[in-house]
Amino acid sequence: MLELKNITKRFGDKTIINNLNLTVKDGEILSIVGPSGAGKTTLLRCITGLEKVNGGQFFIDGQPFEPYTNRTNESVIGVVFQGFELFPNLTVMENITLAPTLVLKKSAAEAKQDATTLLTRLALADHADQYPYELSGGQKQRVAIARALAMKPNILCYDEPTSALDPNLRQEVEKLILGLKADGMTQIVVTHDLTFAENIADEMFHVEPNKSK
Amino acid sequence: MHYILEILPSLVSGAGMTLKIFIWTLIGSLPLGLVVGLGLISNIKPLQWLLHFYVWLMRGTPLLLQLIFVFYGLPLIGIVFPRYYAALFAFILNYAAYFAEIFRGGLQSIDNGQYESARVLRLSYGQTIRKIVIPQVIKIVLPSVGNEVINLVKDSSLVYVIGLGDLLRAGNVATARDVTLIPLVLVGVIYLLLTAVTTFILGRIEKHYSYWK
Repeated sequence: MLELKNITKRFGDKTIINNLNLTVKDGEILSIVGPSGAGKTTLLRCITGLEKVNGGQFFIDGQPFEPYTNRTNESVIGVVFQGFELFPNLTVMENITLAPTLVLKKSAAEAKQDATTLLTRLALADHADQYPYELSGGQKQRVAIARALAMKPNILCYDEPTSALDPNLRQEVEKLILGLKADGMTQIVVTHDLTFAENIADEMFHVEPNKSK
Repeated sequence: MHYILEILPSLVSGAGMTLKIFIWTLIGSLPLGLVVGLGLISNIKPLQWLLHFYVWLMRGTPLLLQLIFVFYGLPLIGIVFPRYYAALFAFILNYAAYFAEIFRGGLQSIDNGQYESARVLRLSYGQTIRKIVIPQVIKIVLPSVGNEVINLVKDSSLVYVIGLGDLLRAGNVATARDVTLIPLVLVGVIYLLLTAVTTFILGRIEKHYSYWK
């Protein structure tokens, strides 16, 4: 279970997130929705440790947790970026095995075996030796998901998973996210697409633009 | 033809010096340029100022003057280099400054998302630079580096000023002695051959890096 207590984030004198409280239960999908500029992505960046919060605390299973400074090898939070941010100089397989071998110190064979399992699951087995530029948007996204899952995170976060895809691929993403939920993965999905959010979410969290900013 | 065969050995020996300067300058200045380039984009202000000063000094004065200064000037404060090492020292410092600026541009063109996705995968800064950033930067900077490399073939002729016997000097000596322009024509041909080989090798390296986009 992930808990956010009184999280505050400011950029200069603009308060983007003000005393926010939020709980994500294990195995649930939380959708964070709200209009553009309301701070959805900023909130996700705080949770994933890409931004330092100005106030408040994070807890995982009741234990205090600081995403920004957490540099242990234990992967807590995985991220699928809006632009996927695959490494263009590495093959699909290398994208997925890089961190497990370097960070989790897995053997090359073990990392490759894990990656193959993930790729098969995500219908990417035939693309292992391709480079990101050879893939479609949907395939890139699935590689990004496989790359995050290879680090065995407790929670998987998505920033606008439907925005870079064709509208007809939305259902695919829904199926994928719900499939991971069936495996017990806790997921946080930031989206401006309300229908999509409602289709997948156990909980919805509405971020309102902070009027004082 | 007989005359050409007669002067060829001295030209070849001069070309050997040109090649030695060329190769050792590259071996020294490319890694140094990369390190300086990384320093130029670091957040450490005093380091940045120092490196900007170094780049300004090296790019702001003629290489010829730097050669003279290293060989004739530094002994005045007790630093004495033999001719050949004085030449290498000046060339490496000068070329590293140009390479540093090229690398800085390449480094800055890497999208921040690449660093962030490496960060959430828990790669260290060093791992990110080695595995993700440098391979991408090399591909970006190759054409500009290639330009400088070709320049270096010809710039190496400046070493005559401190009395080193390079290709151009060998040609000059023969021309003055035999009162004919043939040696200089040959020198031109040899420079063209050297740049042709260099261009070919650079093309192969660029091709090697074309496996991804």
